[in-house]
Amino acid sequence: MAVVAVPQRRSWPRRPTTTTGFVSWLTTVDHKRIGILYGVTAFVFMLIGGIEALLIRLALARPTTPDAALLDADTYNQIFTMHGVTMVFLVVMPLGAAFFNYMTPLLIGARDVAFPRLNAFSYWVFLLGGLFIYSGFLLGGAPDGGWFGYASLSSLSEGPGMTFYAIGLQIAGLASLVASVNFIVTIINMRAPGMSLMRMPVFVWMTLVVNFLLLFSLPILAIGLFQLTFDRIWLTNFFNPTMGGDPILWQHLFWLFGHPEVYVLILPAMGIVSEVLPVFSRKPLFGYAAVVFAGAAIGFIGFGVWAHHMFATGLGAIANTAFGISTMIIAVPTGIKIFNWLGTMWKGALRLTTPMLFSIGFVMMFVIGGLSGVTHAVVPADYQQTDTYYIVAHFHYVLFGGAIFGLFSGIYYWWPKFTGRMFNERLGKLHFWLMIIGFNMTFGPMHILGLQGMPRRQYFFSPGQGWDFWNLVSSIGAFIIAVSILVFMVNAVRSLAKGKAAEADPWDARTLEWTIPSPPPAHNFDEVPTVHARDELWHRKYAEDTEGRPAPVVAGAQDHHQEEHGGGHGIHLPLPSFWPLFAALGIPLIGYGLMYHWSLIVAGVVTLLTGLYGWMLEPLE
Amino acid sequence: MTERTDVDTHERAHPGPREYVKIAVILAVITAIEVAIFYIEFIKDSAAFVPTLLLLSAIKFGMVVLWFMHLRFDSRLFGRLFVAGLALALSLFIVVLLTFGVFFK
Amino acid sequence: MAAEPHTAEHLPTATGLDNRKLAMWTFLGSECLFFGALISTFLLYRKNVPEGEIIPSEIYDIPYTSVSSFVLLMSSLTMVLALAAIQRGDHRQLRIWLVCTAALGMVFISGQVFEFTEFIEHGFTIRSSVAGSAFFLLTGFHGAHVTVGILMLLTLAMLSSTGRLTQEHTLRVEMIGLYWHFVDIVWIVIFTLVYLIP
Repeated sequence: MAVVAVPQRRSWPRRPTTTTGFVSWLTTVDHKRIGILYGVTAFVFMLIGGIEALLIRLALARPTTPDAALLDADTYNQIFTMHGVTMVFLVVMPLGAAFFNYMTPLLIGARDVAFPRLNAFSYWVFLLGGLFIYSGFLLGGAPDGGWFGYASLSSLSEGPGMTFYAIGLQIAGLASLVASVNFIVTIINMRAPGMSLMRMPVFVWMTLVVNFLLLFSLPILAIGLFQLTFDRIWLTNFFNPTMGGDPILWQHLFWLFGHPEVYVLILPAMGIVSEVLPVFSRKPLFGYAAVVFAGAAIGFIGFGVWAHHMFATGLGAIANTAFGISTMIIAVPTGIKIFNWLGTMWKGALRLTTPMLFSIGFVMMFVIGGLSGVTHAVVPADYQQTDTYYIVAHFHYVLFGGAIFGLFSGIYYWWPKFTGRMFNERLGKLHFWLMIIGFNMTFGPMHILGLQGMPRRQYFFSPGQGWDFWNLVSSIGAFIIAVSILVFMVNAVRSLAKGKAAEADPWDARTLEWTIPSPPPAHNFDEVPTVHARDELWHRKYAEDTEGRPAPVVAGAQDHHQEEHGGGHGIHLPLPSFWPLFAALGIPLIGYGLMYHWSLIVAGVVTLLTGLYGWMLEPLE
Repeated sequence: MTERTDVDTHERAHPGPREYVKIAVILAVITAIEVAIFYIEFIKDSAAFVPTLLLLSAIKFGMVVLWFMHLRFDSRLFGRLFVAGLALALSLFIVVLLTFGVFFK
Repeated sequence: MAAEPHTAEHLPTATGLDNRKLAMWTFLGSECLFFGALISTFLLYRKNVPEGEIIPSEIYDIPYTSVSSFVLLMSSLTMVLALAAIQRGDHRQLRIWLVCTAALGMVFISGQVFEFTEFIEHGFTIRSSVAGSAFFLLTGFHGAHVTVGILMLLTLAMLSSTGRLTQEHTLRVEMIGLYWHFVDIVWIVIFTLVYLIP
C-alpha cells in the first residue's frame, strides 16, 4: 500500500520567475498587480464610455429633425447601448473588482487570495470579454439593442451587434463568476488569526455580500444569454413570439440577474465610504453591526425585487403589488446605512480631504437617487416614469453620484498605499467640485425632462416640446464632468511622476493595510498579524484617556515582530504563471468561432484545454 | 484504523463501501418505484401522482447529497452554501413560473 | 499562498476547512441557479408546440430513459467507492472505480445521443418548437456537464497510473466526486420533472 515516490519529471515549460518588466504583468498572480490591471483597464473603458456619453449629449443638446440629427438612429443605438454596457460591465464592476483584489487580502491580514492563478484568469477573461464586445464596432456593428438586451428585438435584430453582446457578456460574466468563488473562499477562509467576521472592515463585508450576489445571479444571466445566442445563431425559439416564444422570459432572466447586479455596483462604494468616513471623522463607524446587517439585508432582499423593472409588462396586480412592496422594503436597510454614516460624522473632527469630500458627496447624491428610486416603487407612478428620462436621472444619481463618487473616494483614499505617492490636494478638490457641479447639471434636469414626458433612447428630439433648455444645461454639465476627469488624470500623472513619497499611514487611519509600507511589498505582511479588535490599527495606536478621547500609545503602530523576522525573508509566494492568460485566450476564440467558422471553435477549445492542463500540471516551484 | 473506540460512532462518522452499496440499492429501488407508478394507470391519473414523484425524487436527491456527497458528516458551512443556492433557485423560479400561470392549468 | 496542494493541507485556514473543497461547494451553489433557470424555461415551454407538432411527452421512451437514469445513479456509487479507495490508500482500486465511473458516464451519454437521434428523426428538434428548444438546451447542458466530468475522471485515472496522483491528492478526487454527484442529482430532478411528470 505504500506509495513509491516517483521522481518529479522536469516539466516543461518552466514557470516564469520574473517580477519586473512587461512580461511580468502578463504572468502575475499577485492580487495587488491584478487589482491595478483591473483598475487601469476600467479607467480606460471609463474614458471610452465617457466619450460615448458626450456623443449622446452632443446629439441631444439642441432640438433638431431626423435628417439633421448628429447621429443617425443606428449609430445612436450603438452608442447608447455601448455606453450602458461599458459603464456597467466594463467600468463600475471592474473598478469594484480592482478594490476587492487589491484590498481584501490586506484588510483581512492575508498574503494573497485563495486561488491566485484563478484570480489572474478572471482578469484576462474580463479584458478579453470587453474587447470582444467592442470588436463589434470593427466587425459589422456593435451591440445596439440596449444594455438590457430586450428580446425579441435582441434575438431577431439584423447585424452582428447583439451576437457580440450575447457572447461577449457571457465571457465577461464568466470572469466575475470565477472571481466570486475566489473571493468568497478568501474571505471565509483566509482571515488572520483573531479576525472574526464581526471584526472585519465593512469593505470586506460588502465584498463578501457582492460576491454572493454575483455567484447566484450570474448563472441566471448566463442561461438567458445562451438562449439569446441560440436564438440568434441557430434559430431556436426561446423569445420568438411567432413560434410561441415569450419575450417576457428574457426580461425575467435578465432582471433576476440585473437587479442584484445594481447592488453589486453600489455595495463596494458603500463599503469604501464606510471606511473613509470614520478615518476622516476620527470616530469609529456608527453602528458597525447595523451597517453590516443592512448590507447583507440589501443583498438578500435584492433578489426579491427584480420585477420592478417590469411593472409595465402586464404581470398583473398581484405581482405588481408584491414587487412594489418589496422594493419599498429595500429602502429601509439603505436608510439605516445613510443614518449610520451621518452618525459617524456627527460631532466628529472632520478633515475635508479629497477622499472625504467624495464620500460625503456619495451620501448626498445617493440619497437623491434613492428618493427617486422610491417613487418608482409606487406602481402607478412608475407607469408615468418608465421609459422616460426620469428613470435615467434616477440610475445616474445612484450609479454615478453613488458608485462612481464612492469609487473615486476609494481611489484617492488608497492612492498613497497603491502608488507610494501622495496626490495634489488642490487638484483633487478641483476635481471634486467640478465633478459634483457638472454631475448635478447633467442629471438633475433629467428628472424634470422625464416628468415632462421626454422618452429614453431617442436619437433626437423635436423643437416645441418644451425640452430645449434643460437638455442644453444637461449637455453643458456633461462637458464639465469631462473637464473634471481631465483634472483627475493630470493629478494622477503628476503624482506618479513627482508626488511626495507616502508613508505607511499618511491618513492616521484605522485598518491593517496602513501598517505596511506604501506601496506594500509583494508578500504584504512580514508576519501575519493577530487581530484583537475591530479597527485593529486604531487600537494599537490609541488607547482612550480618562475622558474617552484617543491618546496615542507610544510605538503602538510598530509591529515589533517585524525586526525579529528579518523583513519577510523565507516567505513562500506563489510563482507567476502564463497558463491563466493562455487558457483565457481560448475563450474569445470559441466566441468568434461560434460567429464565423467552426475551426476557430476547435482552436479555442484546444487552447483552453491545453491552458487548463498546463495550469493543473505545472510544478509548484 | 484499529482504534478501540466506540465502534458505533466510528461507523456513523464515516460510511464505508458497504453502506454506500446499500444507499445505491435504495436509490435503484426508488427509481424502480417511480417508473412503476408511471405505468400504473390509477396512480398516474390521480392527484397524488405528481406529489409522490416529487417526494420520491427529493428523497433520492437528499440521499445522494447527504451520503455520497458526505454532507451529513461534513462541516455545516458546506451545506449552507449549497442550500442557499438551492433555496434561492426554488423560490425565485417558482415566483417566475407563477407569474406565467404555469401552476394553474 | 494556500492554493498550492503541496502546502494547502498544512496551512491553517480560518475555518479549518480546505480552500478547494469550500470552492467546489460554493460553485455547486451557483450551479443550482444555472440549472434552475434551464429547468424553469422547460417547465414554462413544455407544451408549447405549433399546431400538429409532437409534444415531447409523446415520444419519450420511459423504460429506456429509466435505464439511463439507473446507469447514472450507479456511477455515483462507483465514484464514492473510488474516493473510499484513495482514502484508504488503495490506488489500484481508485483507478478501477474511476474508470468505471467514466465508463458509466459514457454509457449515459451514448444513451442520450441515441435517444436524441430518435427524437430528431421524429421531427422533434431544437428548432421545431419552443418546447424542443427548451428540452434540448436543458438536456444538452446537462450532457455537456457529464462530458466535462468524464474528461476529469479519465484525467485523474491517467494521472494516477503515471504516478502523479498520490495520497496527497485525495482532495482532488473528492472535489471531482462532488461535481459528479451534483451532475447526478440534477439528472434526478430532470428525470422526474421532464420525463415523468405529465
